[in-house]
Amino acid sequence: MADHAATHAAHDPNMGITGIDHRKMGMWAFLGSDCMFFGALIGTYLSYKGKSLGGPTPHEIFNIPLTSISAFVLLMSSVWMVLALNYLRLNNMRWAKFWILMTALFGAWFVGNQVYEFNQFVDEGLTLQTSLFGSSFFTLTGFHGAHVTGGVIWLLSLWVLANMGKLGPQDYLKVEIAGLYWHFVDIVWIAIFTLVYLIP
Amino acid sequence: MATHAAFMPGEQVTTTQRVLWSWITTVDHKRIGILYGTSAFIFFLVGGIEALIMRLQLARPDNTLVGPERFNELFTMHGTTMIFLAVMPLSAAFFNFMLPLLIGARDVAFPRLNALSYWVFLSGALFLNFSWVVGMAPDGGWFGYANLTSAQFSPTHTIDFWLLGLQILGISSMLAGFNFIVTIINMRAPGMTLMRMPLFVWMSFVTQFLLVLAFPAITVGLILLMFDRFFGTLFYSPAAGGDPLLWQHLFWIFGHPEVYILILPAMGIVSEVLPTFARKPLFGAPVVIYSGIMIGFLGFGVWSHHMFSVGMGPVADAAFSISTMLIAVPTGVKILNWISTLWGGRIRFTTALYMALGFIAMFTMGGLSGVMHASPPVDLQQTDTYFVVAHFHYVLFGGSIFGLFAGIYYWWPKITGRLLDERLGQWHFWLMMLGFNMTFFPQHFLGLIGMPRRIYTYAPDLGWNFWNMVSTIGSFIIAVSILFFIVNVAKTMRSGAVAGDDPWDGRTLEWSIPSPPPVYNFTRIPTVHGRDDFWLQKHGDGHGGKPAGRPAPVTKADLASIHMPPPSYWPILLGASLLFMFAGALISIYQVILGGLLTLFCMYRFALEYHRPAAGHGH
Repeated sequence: MADHAATHAAHDPNMGITGIDHRKMGMWAFLGSDCMFFGALIGTYLSYKGKSLGGPTPHEIFNIPLTSISAFVLLMSSVWMVLALNYLRLNNMRWAKFWILMTALFGAWFVGNQVYEFNQFVDEGLTLQTSLFGSSFFTLTGFHGAHVTGGVIWLLSLWVLANMGKLGPQDYLKVEIAGLYWHFVDIVWIAIFTLVYLIP
Repeated sequence: MATHAAFMPGEQVTTTQRVLWSWITTVDHKRIGILYGTSAFIFFLVGGIEALIMRLQLARPDNTLVGPERFNELFTMHGTTMIFLAVMPLSAAFFNFMLPLLIGARDVAFPRLNALSYWVFLSGALFLNFSWVVGMAPDGGWFGYANLTSAQFSPTHTIDFWLLGLQILGISSMLAGFNFIVTIINMRAPGMTLMRMPLFVWMSFVTQFLLVLAFPAITVGLILLMFDRFFGTLFYSPAAGGDPLLWQHLFWIFGHPEVYILILPAMGIVSEVLPTFARKPLFGAPVVIYSGIMIGFLGFGVWSHHMFSVGMGPVADAAFSISTMLIAVPTGVKILNWISTLWGGRIRFTTALYMALGFIAMFTMGGLSGVMHASPPVDLQQTDTYFVVAHFHYVLFGGSIFGLFAGIYYWWPKITGRLLDERLGQWHFWLMMLGFNMTFFPQHFLGLIGMPRRIYTYAPDLGWNFWNMVSTIGSFIIAVSILFFIVNVAKTMRSGAVAGDDPWDGRTLEWSIPSPPPVYNFTRIPTVHGRDDFWLQKHGDGHGGKPAGRPAPVTKADLASIHMPPPSYWPILLGASLLFMFAGALISIYQVILGGLLTLFCMYRFALEYHRPAAGHGH
């Protein structure tokens, strides 16, 4: 990409003097900001840990095997994202489209698991209004799920564009930026899974 | 060049309708800057009127001009308006108009996103002030402490207007932050290394990082509050074991960097104005830059000094006390650098320079009282008294507002092509200086003899009568000074002296192009050879080095190579959809859903507006 940047710097309005595309740098800035967003939510969860006055406690209701599968699914989706970019770079649209769709479907699988998990918890008596644990748990994981859902919609939009013939190898950067976002959301889940689910 | 009509950077348009349409769809950073500046000044007047009503109420003991409920609304909206709708967008006006000119660029990195930031800002500002129309103005203080803001203690929509309005404004600030970070890193002219960037660019750069890193904290705080009020969560509910201090921490983790978001742009402006009118380079410019970065870093580690009175324990108090005192060091370094810049300079006493000098003097006084309540025992005496009100008005009015007015007088000729009247400017400055000190200096005394903040009236036998009257008279003198400024603007727009390209013998790139600048700013992107590059071109380096000379004349090929982004109406439609969605939170869930769908639709159109079909040329 480096020589690509140099030759097109003259007439590509999105190419900066650092050789990094404006849109890519903008995404990095956004992700930096989003770190603080999740940092504040995770901080809230941790500071209220064990302070609930009633209701189910975390390890009474957590379904670690199910959530481990969710974590695995989301991690695998990041691998599919890498494969999608790889095939896009190789000008192989057929496989690029396939792996973009797979990334989105695995993301949707993760969200589906979360919906199932939330329903289970509600059945076992934990809602937003039950306790500090309920409030902070659903808010933190819900916002993460919303981020994943946004990513799924984004990836599906790219897939639809590709099928309409409006997204090709020359749009590598647009897929790469979606990938940056996707990997970030994935990394946030590793933090949440460890701090919320695994640590007793 | 200078014959461009004032307020009309860009192509000439003929009918009113087309003028209006061209402003609504504009993506030109200069026009967006003017929109920001104009809106912010209007809200500055609104916030000022709120302050005057409060001062009238407090002029005499047992006064009955406004009741306690209205007074609560006034101080809440005054603080919120001045911070989020006046000082921040006035700074944003300068970011927009000046940053691309100062770094030698034709626009910002994302011109349509820039327009979106403005329209979202306007949406949030109108939403917040609409609360006056429906008689539900926010009344929980600008820092809206939990659990006064809970549904139990604030059952009507007052707090909802506040928390939703601030979330809209937060979106606007963060979008602008991403845009300017990328613009400054990626769009500097060739040769403009980071250390050659003008000081205003540097201070703005630090500000953008503060914006994008500090706003998420208040966003989360507001989301938790919103969930508590709308969905019955328990975050700030002591009955369920929740801790209202959580709000204070989240708020001040944002709130203290916010103080630097308000002051750093003004510091940047002053660092441009002083060297220009002292005709000397900024003394120790790299150290001023490092100090700005230092302030940005330390700004994230001092938030709990707003909370000494809650009793966090000696360790936390000591840590935050030390970090707060530390931050006075880079600030003091800057003050010494500004003063040293003036030392031995050939000073021209323009209004812009007076405003900058006013900034230094007043900000130093505000800084000194700030160091006083960095000490927890002292703070416990002063907290929630008028002493604190005096302190933060010295830094935010004496600092930010004086600094921003310095910028207005300094850059007005570049923005409009006409010079503001110096005689009226002097009236403005001296009256504002007098009024400001009459209003706020006595509040130090009032605070120390025990007058608390946020009270709507007081008994006549407390010894507060005289200084309150002085303070009220001072506030009206400030109002008169602002009238002088408005008259000045009106006069200048009709018959101001034509500025020419470079009325101040300026040092930075914006003075090398016409006033007002053409829509594309630079016919040819300049190559930069040092800090204060334009000065070097004109005068050499002052050590026997020859002037670098003006660049070669512009050719037709230069003009043909300029491509400016076309106008777009998706930013305003996206901003309006977002407003529709947020307003739905107070009306109906169906409006929220419809607004959400509209927002999504506009986002798609926005994103795909220039997405070319794959049939285009491959790279």
